[in-house]
Amino acid sequence: MKYETVIGLEVHAELSTKTKIFCSCKNEFGGEPNTRCCPVCTGMPGTLPVLNKAVVDYAIKAGLATNCSITKYGKQDRKNYFYPDLPKAYQISQFDLPLCQNGYIDIEVDGETRRIGITRIHIEEDAGKLIHDDYGNESMADYNRCGVPLIEIVSEPDMRSPEEARIYLETLKSILEYTEVSDCKMQEGSLRCDVNLSLRPVGQKEFGTRCEMKNVNSFRAAVRAMEYEQKRQAEILDAGGVVEQETRRWDDVKGISTPMRSKEDAQDYRYFPEPDLVPIVVSDEWVEEIRSTIPELPEQRKARYIGEYGLPEYDAFILTSSKKMADFFDGAVADGATPKAVSNWLMGDISKILNDKELEPADIPFTPAQLAKMIALIEKGTISNSAAKKVLDAMFAEPADPEALVEKLGLAQVSDEGAILTMINDVLSQNPQSIADYKAGKDKAMGFLVGQVMRVSKGKANPQMINKLLKEALDKA
Amino acid sequence: MKITREEVLHVAKLARLNLTEEETTRLMEDMGSIIGFADKLNELDTEGVVPTAHAIPMQNAFRKDEIAESFPREEILKNAPDSDGEGFLIPKVVE
Amino acid sequence: MDLYTLTAHEIRDMIKEKKISSKEATQSALDRIAQVEDKVESFVTVLGDEAIAQAEKIDAKIASGEEVGALAGVPMALKDNMCTKDVLTTCSSKMLYNFKPPYNATVTEKLAGADTVLLGKVNMDEFAMGSSTENSYYKKTKNPYDITKVPGGSSGGSAASVAADEAFFTLGSDTGGSIRQPAALCGCVGLKPTYGSVSRYGLIAFASSLDQIGPMTKDVKDCAMVLDQIAGYDAKDSTSVNIQHPNFEAALTGDIRGLKIGVPQEYFGQGISEEVTAAVNAALSNMKAEGAEFSDMSLPLNEYALPAYYMISSAEASSNLARFDGVKYGYRAEKFNDLIDLYCQTRSEGFGAEVKRRIMIGTYALSSGYYDAYYKKAQQVRTMIMNDFGKAFETYDVLVTPASPTTAFGIGEKTSDPLEMYMADICTVSVNIGGLPAIVIPCGYDKNGLPIGIQIIGKPFDEATVLNAAYALEKTITKVKPNL
Repeated sequence: MKYETVIGLEVHAELSTKTKIFCSCKNEFGGEPNTRCCPVCTGMPGTLPVLNKAVVDYAIKAGLATNCSITKYGKQDRKNYFYPDLPKAYQISQFDLPLCQNGYIDIEVDGETRRIGITRIHIEEDAGKLIHDDYGNESMADYNRCGVPLIEIVSEPDMRSPEEARIYLETLKSILEYTEVSDCKMQEGSLRCDVNLSLRPVGQKEFGTRCEMKNVNSFRAAVRAMEYEQKRQAEILDAGGVVEQETRRWDDVKGISTPMRSKEDAQDYRYFPEPDLVPIVVSDEWVEEIRSTIPELPEQRKARYIGEYGLPEYDAFILTSSKKMADFFDGAVADGATPKAVSNWLMGDISKILNDKELEPADIPFTPAQLAKMIALIEKGTISNSAAKKVLDAMFAEPADPEALVEKLGLAQVSDEGAILTMINDVLSQNPQSIADYKAGKDKAMGFLVGQVMRVSKGKANPQMINKLLKEALDKA
Repeated sequence: MKITREEVLHVAKLARLNLTEEETTRLMEDMGSIIGFADKLNELDTEGVVPTAHAIPMQNAFRKDEIAESFPREEILKNAPDSDGEGFLIPKVVE
Repeated sequence: MDLYTLTAHEIRDMIKEKKISSKEATQSALDRIAQVEDKVESFVTVLGDEAIAQAEKIDAKIASGEEVGALAGVPMALKDNMCTKDVLTTCSSKMLYNFKPPYNATVTEKLAGADTVLLGKVNMDEFAMGSSTENSYYKKTKNPYDITKVPGGSSGGSAASVAADEAFFTLGSDTGGSIRQPAALCGCVGLKPTYGSVSRYGLIAFASSLDQIGPMTKDVKDCAMVLDQIAGYDAKDSTSVNIQHPNFEAALTGDIRGLKIGVPQEYFGQGISEEVTAAVNAALSNMKAEGAEFSDMSLPLNEYALPAYYMISSAEASSNLARFDGVKYGYRAEKFNDLIDLYCQTRSEGFGAEVKRRIMIGTYALSSGYYDAYYKKAQQVRTMIMNDFGKAFETYDVLVTPASPTTAFGIGEKTSDPLEMYMADICTVSVNIGGLPAIVIPCGYDKNGLPIGIQIIGKPFDEATVLNAAYALEKTITKVKPNL
């Protein structure tokens, strides 16, 4: 049978606040175990939480950037369960009055816009970390991450394929980056997601039974986990079986998921209003104040790149999906470089080098102004495109002024008409057959001759001039 | 109000308590009478009444996002029943 | 004259006037503890040498003319659920038999800032759950007026130590009457401030939305004086209210002319002993003679306060006490198979019967399928009870009730039936439900010489009126010290 896939995602993003959510310990990744802790975040008896205002600000900002309505009267609740990474044995979260509700983000799938609903965004505290290696029969609890502020962004079951879900994740990530709500560092676990997936026969309205997958630590893993789950459920259904509602754990190394807990010990979290914290009342002024701090979002920026600079939609999408990349683009254009040229370099050679070196756009060692200068050198004819590639390599190796690098590497182009003509005449005198071929209409001959002149010039002759002068010489011959 | 043995054992599991046979029997009785006492609340019509979580109306108690020194690790760990000086040790957790 | 018989404000004044040293006052209290503690058993921890050293430090400060705190040199004790840095804080539970907090509760800091001397930590019902202090893992504190009787609870050690002159004042905590009922049974003064007046930071929580710390003292003036030191906004407690408190001690005029007293009839019904009713009525007459007016009125929802209280407090407790699991602090079971077993064994061995019972009730009330019927219902009833109080205070300045249905009962008399024990809080719980301030002071003695307490309930944040009414009444009562 043919099935339609239905996917909903729960994304947890760590907020880039300076301190934790309920105490003044530094909110920073890593550190020696249990060194970023105090009595509050380690749940010592008698301690009380006090909410970091920045956490509310950031959550509202994320809500506004995803078109949510902001809750005027919010509260926090306790989610009770025993686990050694949760020192109070309850997580302070939000149950029925989350800060943000009923939003959406638009994503581009195969050139079409799809609207994905955001059910809610709520604030909560992160748990600690259990370390199992090197501890034999024991595990070790590290509470550094306890109390790191999180927002949980719950989507509607609006996605219909793993690819759509991946694009949703990418889009959401760029929104969180643009608004500086989260640094979105996947390798540090700043962004994690739980996947809910179900299948239904094509044409059926009701949703099928869904499974939840946890421990999905990268977008790539998310796609693999979804593809695996799609296949697993389809096999069950095809065999006439019934999909069990359960929580499964994704093992990215083995590429499989296994059930975590079954229905029988379904958790009873006994949510109730957190008596140690008071309601969060959000005024219109507060919302407007935060709205005014939201920068141009990827969607708007993309529109500007297409409208103002005439970039193709695809280019604009790629450039804006990383804020750092887009900022770099804007910087170089502000310094006078042609937008299309900047875009080509960023999407072409620069992206390739970043990929090879496993770097992020934030790691580009030179400035947008330096890139603009390099492009100007090409446009002035001082260097050729191929020489520019060498300059770029050099700029990655040791960031310096492109002019100085051209000088140092001896890459300046020969644009002297007389010198180029001398080279052309030399080449023509040694290749009479090619002249004949050219006259006979064989286009290849022209290419060969250009190459020969370039070789003689050791790659420095201005290619446009070679073309022009060679053509004139051949037509005269 | 009758509280069954199964209910007592289910709640004990949620609360992470092991009960002896004697405790279980006693709790069936005690919980039955206390919960039965609470059933008195049903005499009141609370339709539309907003529940109160805080004795005094309060809102928006916030802290500024300013870093303060964390505690020395020895202080955090000094009451731990089992520690290696770096963290809290527990029986191996199988996930 | 033995210094220990004096009130805290008398000691404070004598130290200030350099008539005595803090060391003398502290030594006197320690001597008294040595003399009567084996009968009363109110302390879990006595800090002998440490207290003397602290007193000497304060004396040195005074001698050198340094500025000292408002209660400089006055020896006191704290209920053992208030965190004291590096000093054992047990909640009278096996679960915290070795717990030395790495930090101080805000009240501990404030009293240290006032230059008081900490004599030790006093006994209580385990995790403040109980009305007789019989639920302590360590010892059964006795009523100084009759050591075959209970001191009340849960702040039984706080009340008994003050009544027995072992400490000049103590702090207690009150979730459903835990300051006021033992104050009544031990013939001392106990005040539960308005919820949010005194920081709960560092008070090991029983029921967060009801808990409040308050003074337990020898007289009303002491009570006002101590409240002046501990009340106030604390940024570490989100439920602490940021308002300007008056100077409570200075507000004690003893003038209650025109004070409007409501006497809710529901507090004088079934289960209230005749002697208690008679003593409270006599006290009301005394207040009338002082110029106050009183009239009978009704708080019809009072009978629902106790069941609502047990649902709310047990639910919150089941969550607050979940952190005691043998991983981070306190007791850990010796034998266990795996993590879950470690949790279950530790909690089963570390908690006493009453604590387990409340955890079970609270877990039940919050569990799936019962939340609406019990927890939410109780919170709705809470709203209705608060509205009742709000209406009453449109007419009256204070409400006056008995503090406890009976005088002190015998040790072991009520331990077999939890509901019967819960009834001991019948006069006090509604005040916690409403978050209101209320004071209990002795207003007489029964035929066996046991103290009878009267409760004066005020409007939110109107401790000043409550204290002043109590101060005026106190002048009309002849107090009798226990004979130990």
